[in-house]
Amino acid sequence: MNRRDAIGRVALIMGGAVIGAEFFLSGCKPTSTQVNDLFDADHVALLNEVADTILPTTSSPGAKAANVGPFMAVMVRDCYAPADQKTFLEGLGKLDDAAQKKFSNKFMALTDQQRTALLTDLDKEQKDYTTQRSKQIEGDRLKHVDDPKYKAPEVPNHYFRMMKELTLLGYFTSEIGATKALRYIAIPGRYDGCVPYKKGDKAWAT
Amino acid sequence: MANLNIDSVKARTFDAIVIGSGISGGWAAKELTGHGLKTLVLERGRDVKHVKDYPTTNKFPWEFEHHGQLPAAVTEANPIVSRCYAFGEDSAHFFVKDNEHPYIQEKPFDWIRGYQVGGKSLLWARQTQRWSDFDFEGPARDGFAVDWPIRYKDIAPWYSYVEKFAGIAGNKDGIPELPDGEFLPGYPLNDVEVYFGDHLKKNYKNRHVISARCAHLSKPNQIHIDQGRTQCQNRDLCQRGCPFGGYFSSNASTIPWAERSGNMTLRPHSVVESIIYDEKLGKATGVRIVDTQTKEAIEYYARIIFVNAAAINTNLVLLNSKSSRFPNGFGNDSGVLGKYVAFHNYSAHIGAEYDGLKEWTVDGRSPTGGYIPRFRNVYKQETNFLRGYACGFSGYRYQQHKYDGVGSTLKEGLVKGDLSPWYVGSHMMGETIPKESNHVSLDDKQKDEWGVPLLKISVDYDDNDEKMKKDYIEQLTEMFTSAGFKNINPSTNHQAPGLDIHEMGGARMGKDPKTSILNEWNQVHACKNVFVTDGACMTSTSCQNPSLTYMAITARAADHAVSELKKGNV
Repeated sequence: MNRRDAIGRVALIMGGAVIGAEFFLSGCKPTSTQVNDLFDADHVALLNEVADTILPTTSSPGAKAANVGPFMAVMVRDCYAPADQKTFLEGLGKLDDAAQKKFSNKFMALTDQQRTALLTDLDKEQKDYTTQRSKQIEGDRLKHVDDPKYKAPEVPNHYFRMMKELTLLGYFTSEIGATKALRYIAIPGRYDGCVPYKKGDKAWAT
Repeated sequence: MANLNIDSVKARTFDAIVIGSGISGGWAAKELTGHGLKTLVLERGRDVKHVKDYPTTNKFPWEFEHHGQLPAAVTEANPIVSRCYAFGEDSAHFFVKDNEHPYIQEKPFDWIRGYQVGGKSLLWARQTQRWSDFDFEGPARDGFAVDWPIRYKDIAPWYSYVEKFAGIAGNKDGIPELPDGEFLPGYPLNDVEVYFGDHLKKNYKNRHVISARCAHLSKPNQIHIDQGRTQCQNRDLCQRGCPFGGYFSSNASTIPWAERSGNMTLRPHSVVESIIYDEKLGKATGVRIVDTQTKEAIEYYARIIFVNAAAINTNLVLLNSKSSRFPNGFGNDSGVLGKYVAFHNYSAHIGAEYDGLKEWTVDGRSPTGGYIPRFRNVYKQETNFLRGYACGFSGYRYQQHKYDGVGSTLKEGLVKGDLSPWYVGSHMMGETIPKESNHVSLDDKQKDEWGVPLLKISVDYDDNDEKMKKDYIEQLTEMFTSAGFKNINPSTNHQAPGLDIHEMGGARMGKDPKTSILNEWNQVHACKNVFVTDGACMTSTSCQNPSLTYMAITARAADHAVSELKKGNV
């Protein structure tokens, strides 16, 4: 099998382009590990670990197994406004700063327990921040109700809220998340308007 | 050379031409070819073959690069079409992008379009409620627009005819203002929808919650299997095109049926520039098209022409078809062409909670929902506004999750499917009154890339719409309150006309050629071999979703066209 065949095969399995295929084809070692315009391979590895701390392996595989890191990189690049992209990218550094402060080490070097403790703190931080942010925006809106040209102020989102949102979205719409963690039926073939509700059933992916 | 020319003209001559392949054009194609007419079907977009050209239809959520979300670059470049509920990563390829066919908004108008074989029939919401005489008699009784030249009895057999072929799921509800039809088994309502229906029955005269009739094969008949379609599988992914043919579209039904007759020539990539009028013969002889790929201008000829380009584009074709006989647009002796455009008012919504029936839920997915037929001003005028509104009505339970924290506790909470109490939601579907001031016209200077003038659209809400919206909120709030619903939350929006995708009129039917464009058979008053049977023909809008009525009107007009051809009258 030559190299081009191999890439074609992988692309077929993955249903798309293969990251870094151009380096493999040229036979050169990559000089950069850039994954897309915004993220390099280290970022994506970090995002996969962050995601896996948010949604770890339990009775079903975790977010790293579902490869949520690369999904986050695509979503931030394609679906985020420039201001949110900036916040998210700066957040990668802030995450390590927080790790340094709490455990004197970078996030990747922390134990699972330390990671969970750190992200639990950051989750509280983002929740308080987001509540304040909503109040600020609503307060500003109420001050300008008579102004037809009013535009809401641009208050940054919290980077960890974005990471958590993208983790949940990416995981529960992934094959592993939808079919192993949740229930997913592509073709229900029926609709019943009245069935008894059984508490404790698994959630539906769609 | 002369012979070559004659051969070329012969090759470009048909018995009939149909402009457009959407929900009404598909029906014209099926009916005309079924009567043995060699029929040219012109479509401005590309071909979309059933199943084969539905690229996303069998994709799993994780097979989309953005798992269903649209990239910011797409939504920023397309503010208009991005406002449409059905425009997503899985369906974007079936919608016209904002820059692909520009138009001038003299007033805000979200023009949602599908340029491909099948048109918007791939994308529609598949709701199919009949009109009654309370609708056809509306303009005459209430003194607006002009009297419809037809009544329910004229169209009822044609409703039956198209329903049997298209496949409509519904129940015989016995409501005079929303006549029953030829139904496949209806989809069930859920418990809270049934509860609200019972409440209305007990406490209000003439207010009902029914299972909305919809163009889905709940249980196919032989005629549907003969089309190559099978039972709706409740995937709820209709906007991708259905590999089962579970819902009615031109692509799954009428176009392949016409194809099998051997009488159809389908020509995609063909923008119709104008209809050719022969002054000596006193009738239309064909159409001029521009091939969108080669930019070549070509003429095609036929004995009859059906205009089914979708309401606004049909107006564009007619307005641009000028001759010394018709200097102001085709058949426009009355001067009303392009005027009296109307739409449906979808700009109010109301939600609430119900603290009951918690032991029940649903299983699977319903392709439809609840529907409250119009109850205002039906039997007599009773409010300070004209006409009324139908209401969508649905009950649902969310999967309730706690999003706090990270780790295994968060995850285990998210994978549990504990349900919320019941929520209910309703949206209004209001009739709007056609007015001369709501119109479309051609720009004097600017042309599109095919050399056709840009269309100017000037359509707006009025005081009647505002009063009706207020009444909808008041009535639904009152009905919800008396039903014991809590946390009632009405909301209104300022969505532009057009986003309802129910634009109608501009070439209205009427009895009098001095005030209308089309007669009771959808023939242009002043040129009887041209038929207009899409939304442009609508004299008034009522409040039912209009596609079923377009289908019935088209089949009826095609039948008349064939019989007039046989008699030598056109």
